[in-house]
Amino acid sequence: MSEPPKSLQISPIRNGTVIDHIPAGEAFNVLRILGITRATKETLSIATNVASAKAGRKDIVKIENRELKKEEVDRIALIAPQATINIIRNYLVFDKKGVQIPKLLHGVVKCPNPGCISNTNEPIQSRFEVTKKGLHCLYCDWYLTEDIAGHII
Amino acid sequence: MRHIISIKEFEKEDIDALLDRARAIDAGNYDRHALEDRILGVLFFEPSTRTRMSFEAAMARLGGKSIDMGGVETSSVVKGETLADTVRVVSGYADAIVLRHPKEGAARLATEFSSVPVINAGDGAGQHPSQTLIDLYTIRQAMPIDGTDVGLLGDLRYGRTAHSLAYALTNYDVTIHTLAPESLEMPPNVIEDLRERGVEVVEHTDIAEFAHNLDVMYVTRIQRERFPDMASYYAVASSYRVTPELLSGARERMIVLHPLPRVDEIDPRVDALPHARYFQQARNGIPIRMALLQEVMG
Repeated sequence: MSEPPKSLQISPIRNGTVIDHIPAGEAFNVLRILGITRATKETLSIATNVASAKAGRKDIVKIENRELKKEEVDRIALIAPQATINIIRNYLVFDKKGVQIPKLLHGVVKCPNPGCISNTNEPIQSRFEVTKKGLHCLYCDWYLTEDIAGHII
Repeated sequence: MRHIISIKEFEKEDIDALLDRARAIDAGNYDRHALEDRILGVLFFEPSTRTRMSFEAAMARLGGKSIDMGGVETSSVVKGETLADTVRVVSGYADAIVLRHPKEGAARLATEFSSVPVINAGDGAGQHPSQTLIDLYTIRQAMPIDGTDVGLLGDLRYGRTAHSLAYALTNYDVTIHTLAPESLEMPPNVIEDLRERGVEVVEHTDIAEFAHNLDVMYVTRIQRERFPDMASYYAVASSYRVTPELLSGARERMIVLHPLPRVDEIDPRVDALPHARYFQQARNGIPIRMALLQEVMG
């Protein structure tokens, strides 16, 4: 008996962005970081736990009719440092790039220190610098070193 | 515009210059009209005696005036005003703001909304740079800071003054010794940070061995509210109490400092010993804060 023909699990998009090589299970966190929530207008395709030659399993996100800018996608490097971003125009890959962790994060993660002024009703966004030791809160000097996904705003 | 937010932002040269300026002020060499016509906005969102009064006294000695928002309960804060708005408004009334607030990072936030210099007078468990400068000044009055063994005793986990002093000491050639009750030890990341900055840190468990190998003993308050009941507080507090008997084996030049208020940490009999410098330390708040006020408004 012959093998069933290989087919795409989610169909190609005509225009938009494909984020590939997201660690398995992190697709929804990636969307959260990008600010793409239930209220969004974009048509989304999400595939999780897809077989990957490199990582065993991975997630893929496709966003139709929206080309993500570099500063938008760099933020996802926090949880998906190996992700690749493909900008699609007329079904073809127009541009392909990796992600780079930015030096400063504004309003992306919540400070783990309950006593930090950024966790109050003040009119400010959280501010972190990315260091070797972890994410350093520029208000209270605490470090966020683990469960970064759990602290994403 | 110069803000005074964290001791970590000071270079060694800045610290030494400020301590030199305070020494000159202490000797009476200062202009009594230096800050005439200047107004200091005093915003204290937490209780304080020494810090608030010494800033106001320092301002008065330089010919300036202070305006005080009073207690939180009589201010717009009870109406739900944000710190950002309070600071924006008061920076229109005053030439500098001195701020104490229970939240860490409050002073840094204030710098974003203030049109005048902000001096951090303590933000939660965070920074209290003027206290640290007072501590360094008091050590320097007794001996050169370089080459000293400085011991930190008490609540080294939550105590902001101990952390700030430890960071400031990394500018000098010192050995830091620590002794704290279980669960109030200095956080490992702080110790690691101090070592990365080139300072030797020795952690002790025996109070006599600790006390007898120091040039400076910096005692901090062990807060009762950190303990589940009074019995466990007293059990810990009594074993970390500084007494004349404990100090009988100390180095002759050793000085005992405490940012005050003290509760049970230092036996009042220690007050009469030549080691006791904590009241002098409190007095040093005036020249240091005069130097700081001149630094930001002069």
